[in-house]
Amino acid sequence: MIKSSATQMAAALAKGEVSSLELTQLHLDQISKVDSQVNAFLFVDTEGALEQAKQVDAKRQKGEKLSPLAGVPLALKDVMTQKGVPTTCGSKMLEGWRPPYDSTVVTRLKENGVVILGKTNMDEFAMGSSTENSAYGPTHNPWDLTRIPGGSGGGSSAALAAFEAPLAIGTDTGGSIRQPAAVTGTVGVKPTYGGVSRYGLVAFSSSLDQAGPCARTVLDAAYLHEAIGGYDKLDSTSINAPIPPVVAAAKDGNVKGMKIGVIKELQGDGYQPGVLELFNQSLELLAAQGAEIVEVSCKYFDYALAAYYLIAPSECSSNLARFDAMRYGIRVGEGSAEEVMNKTRQVGFGREVKRRIILGTYALSSGYYDAYYGSAQKVRTLISRDFENAFQQADVLVSPTAPTTAFKIGEKANDPIAMYLNDIATIPTNLAGIGGMSLPSGLAKEDGLPAGFQIMAPAMQDDRMYKAGAALEAALLTKWGKPILDSAPVLGAK
Amino acid sequence: MALKYEDVIAKYEPVLGLEVHVELGTESKMFCGCNTVFGAAPNTQTCPVCLGLPGSLPVVNGKAIEYTIAIGLALNCSIAPFSRFARKNYFYPDMPKNFQTSQYDEPICVNGYLDVTIETEEGPKDFRIEIERVHMEEDTGKSLHMGGATGRIHGADYSLLDYNRAGIPLVEIVTKVVTGTGKYAPEVARAYVSELRDILRGLGVSDVKMEQGSLRCDANVSLRPIGVEKLGTRSETKNVNSLRSVERAVRGEMIRHAELLNKGEKVIQETRHFHEDTGLTTPGRSKEQAEDYRYFPEPDLVPVAPSIEMIEKIRASLPEKPSVRRKKLQEAWQVPDKEMAAMVNADVLDQVEATVKLGTDPTRARGWWLGEIARIANEKGVSAGELPINASDVAEIVGLIEKGELTDKLARQVVEGVINGEGKPAEIIKNRGIQVVSDDSSLMAAIEKAIAAQPDVAEKVRGGHVPAAGALIGAVMKETKGQADAAKVRELLLKHLGQA
Repeated sequence: MIKSSATQMAAALAKGEVSSLELTQLHLDQISKVDSQVNAFLFVDTEGALEQAKQVDAKRQKGEKLSPLAGVPLALKDVMTQKGVPTTCGSKMLEGWRPPYDSTVVTRLKENGVVILGKTNMDEFAMGSSTENSAYGPTHNPWDLTRIPGGSGGGSSAALAAFEAPLAIGTDTGGSIRQPAAVTGTVGVKPTYGGVSRYGLVAFSSSLDQAGPCARTVLDAAYLHEAIGGYDKLDSTSINAPIPPVVAAAKDGNVKGMKIGVIKELQGDGYQPGVLELFNQSLELLAAQGAEIVEVSCKYFDYALAAYYLIAPSECSSNLARFDAMRYGIRVGEGSAEEVMNKTRQVGFGREVKRRIILGTYALSSGYYDAYYGSAQKVRTLISRDFENAFQQADVLVSPTAPTTAFKIGEKANDPIAMYLNDIATIPTNLAGIGGMSLPSGLAKEDGLPAGFQIMAPAMQDDRMYKAGAALEAALLTKWGKPILDSAPVLGAK
Repeated sequence: MALKYEDVIAKYEPVLGLEVHVELGTESKMFCGCNTVFGAAPNTQTCPVCLGLPGSLPVVNGKAIEYTIAIGLALNCSIAPFSRFARKNYFYPDMPKNFQTSQYDEPICVNGYLDVTIETEEGPKDFRIEIERVHMEEDTGKSLHMGGATGRIHGADYSLLDYNRAGIPLVEIVTKVVTGTGKYAPEVARAYVSELRDILRGLGVSDVKMEQGSLRCDANVSLRPIGVEKLGTRSETKNVNSLRSVERAVRGEMIRHAELLNKGEKVIQETRHFHEDTGLTTPGRSKEQAEDYRYFPEPDLVPVAPSIEMIEKIRASLPEKPSVRRKKLQEAWQVPDKEMAAMVNADVLDQVEATVKLGTDPTRARGWWLGEIARIANEKGVSAGELPINASDVAEIVGLIEKGELTDKLARQVVEGVINGEGKPAEIIKNRGIQVVSDDSSLMAAIEKAIAAQPDVAEKVRGGHVPAAGALIGAVMKETKGQADAAKVRELLLKHLGQA
């Protein structure tokens, strides 16, 4: 049962073949069985999850009308607040903090009857591409426990790949949903900026952060997208428009006549040959279904990484200023408020977080602002224009999600630039505020590890990527004869 | 020996810059739905947003934007079709996010002016104060430093934080450099803040209570030798919280600067604190150590882009200007310029108007507010409006005088009682046992007694020397403890002595 898709689980629940309580318990059992190896969860809310499950079962028994995902369990990235449940953002700074309020995503999950199993591991404050920057130890990739599960949302994607949950919530600032999806053989979607409320998402970089669905199938992701998406008056940057019809698009999966643009700049040097090979095979499968493949050029993408590493740290230096030991989280040292703030921040933040705070503080300083933050914003505009031009020529744009498959834990820990390069293909969509999806393209010939195929769509046209994604997923399933995760090693056998 | 003011202005020209912070009277905070009631128990008007909890996001209060646009229009500003919020980054425990959401290079209102008039020995003088910008921001929380002698952070044992004020909408109104005021700089500064306050009150956008901090003024002052173009170094006196203090602070800083300059010393660019008791300022933090605020556009908020229709709707609903209103009142009340200016200066115009509206004769209403009440206010070092006596109390008291139930002297006791919090006039009259002795027989007894005590005076009056009656009337008043109506006593006395 736990290997089914969320959609299948929902159907079984609706038919009464299984109760939410049973389904939740099965997942809690799997967590007990495998999470000592994976370390996907920072907190398992056994009681809360079982209670939520009981409530959904009771409603179902009373014959109440329930939403499609009612009773299905989910893993929540620890960057989203959930009332009364520990929320650490993978940082020592917030150890012991139980937020007094629900994020809008959590509110909507609860309204939809989705059962929240617990909080998943992540790079501290979502800064990283490997989940190694968590203050609570790294998450291990279920495909190979010596390897990283991607980041920052490695916990959410690993939980899916280890069958600890059929659905998960991630957040994506520069690829934190899509790159983990790619290296774990799962699906991850960063919706259009403003498509899902950020209220209760502990901010890393406000103008880039976007919460989104993680799942094992495109259709599951679509259902979750519809459950959490849409306008929220608590987030001024959320878009006041209907959610694009993503479930219908995922069910449709017809790419006949669709123009698919391959971005020239997102392949070649730096990309693992096996990853590129799978990418090209995927293109052929799409073409075979009637899609038209065209090549497009986005010449300013070369500057995307540099712009990102000015904008994101600048915003983070301000967003993370509030962690000062005055109101919540840990408090270290004594003496004046200033001394306590200094000491707490010294102890509470990890190396990567400090690196980015310092970078951002510098970039915003008087005399440097124009050269750094100002220039980066101009690059951002140019990248948006690149996308606009490209979308004149194609309905969706595609690339490999990440240049490589999962690397070894510790391999890039001391080389931040090498680490940052993992996000080279995912960052442009964040800068432009458009949507991006990653789904598995297969196992790379060199190492037998999963690679990701990225689909990007214009703002508020998220349905297009679900349509193309569903088409590719179906073609690959036919080709392989079984879901990709069936090839992953079985965990928990000691 | 402090330098004389005349010597300062003989040599230097003062230059001013005034920044006024106004707490808007919206029911909810700038970026969340929390209440804004003054004086609520600490930290009871807070939520995840104004506490800056991780994950929370601001949403702009539409009412605050309307209010700010109204202020801009009343100050003859242009309203920006597109303006943005920015983050001002610095660490302070009473600032929940460690950045203040404010406006920086794209404020909502720019380039206005405000005309003010001051009374001088040479007659009224007009000055135009140019406004550089009006922008929106959020207030910080409040720190209460416990232990230690000074109540300041240095030497305190610990501090308490109250975030009720955090996130209250503030509007900052900044003037351009004000020159050409000469010796009138202190009065002009005061008149500007006073006029601004009247405008804000008229707009109904703030309760503009300086003593509660809902309107506070930062006064920038510099001096330059007369004839010199280049501006001198300025000091910024923060949070001056009464009109009188604005005037005193500017004058005090002018003298302090001149003393330094005369000695060949430099004025340090710094913020200073004004002390009500001494009228002097002491240094705050020096601007040399001032932080780099690392302003950048607030990514959590979308730009403010008011429509032309919205702006015009607000413009059409603006109330009349205080200067127009004053002119109307002056004509209606038939008051000379000087009296009018006295009322404006004593800040009792609203009270007089309200009292007149209740049917009181304007001259009488003015007499009480500008006389006894203003005297008590002055004694207490507050403005008349801050005393716990209102227009209906005064109207009631005047009514009682007119009915002959109170004498002027007794009425003063009632006023004092109201101000002391003894209750409404009727209660005070009852509780204090105040009553006009109008009963003829008890008055006659007192008159007989007075005549018996001073037979020679009585004889003079009988002889036709009426002014001598004063001594006898005085004695009667004394006997009746002032509760008699003096006119009535006089009437009875003269009749008794055959002179009426």
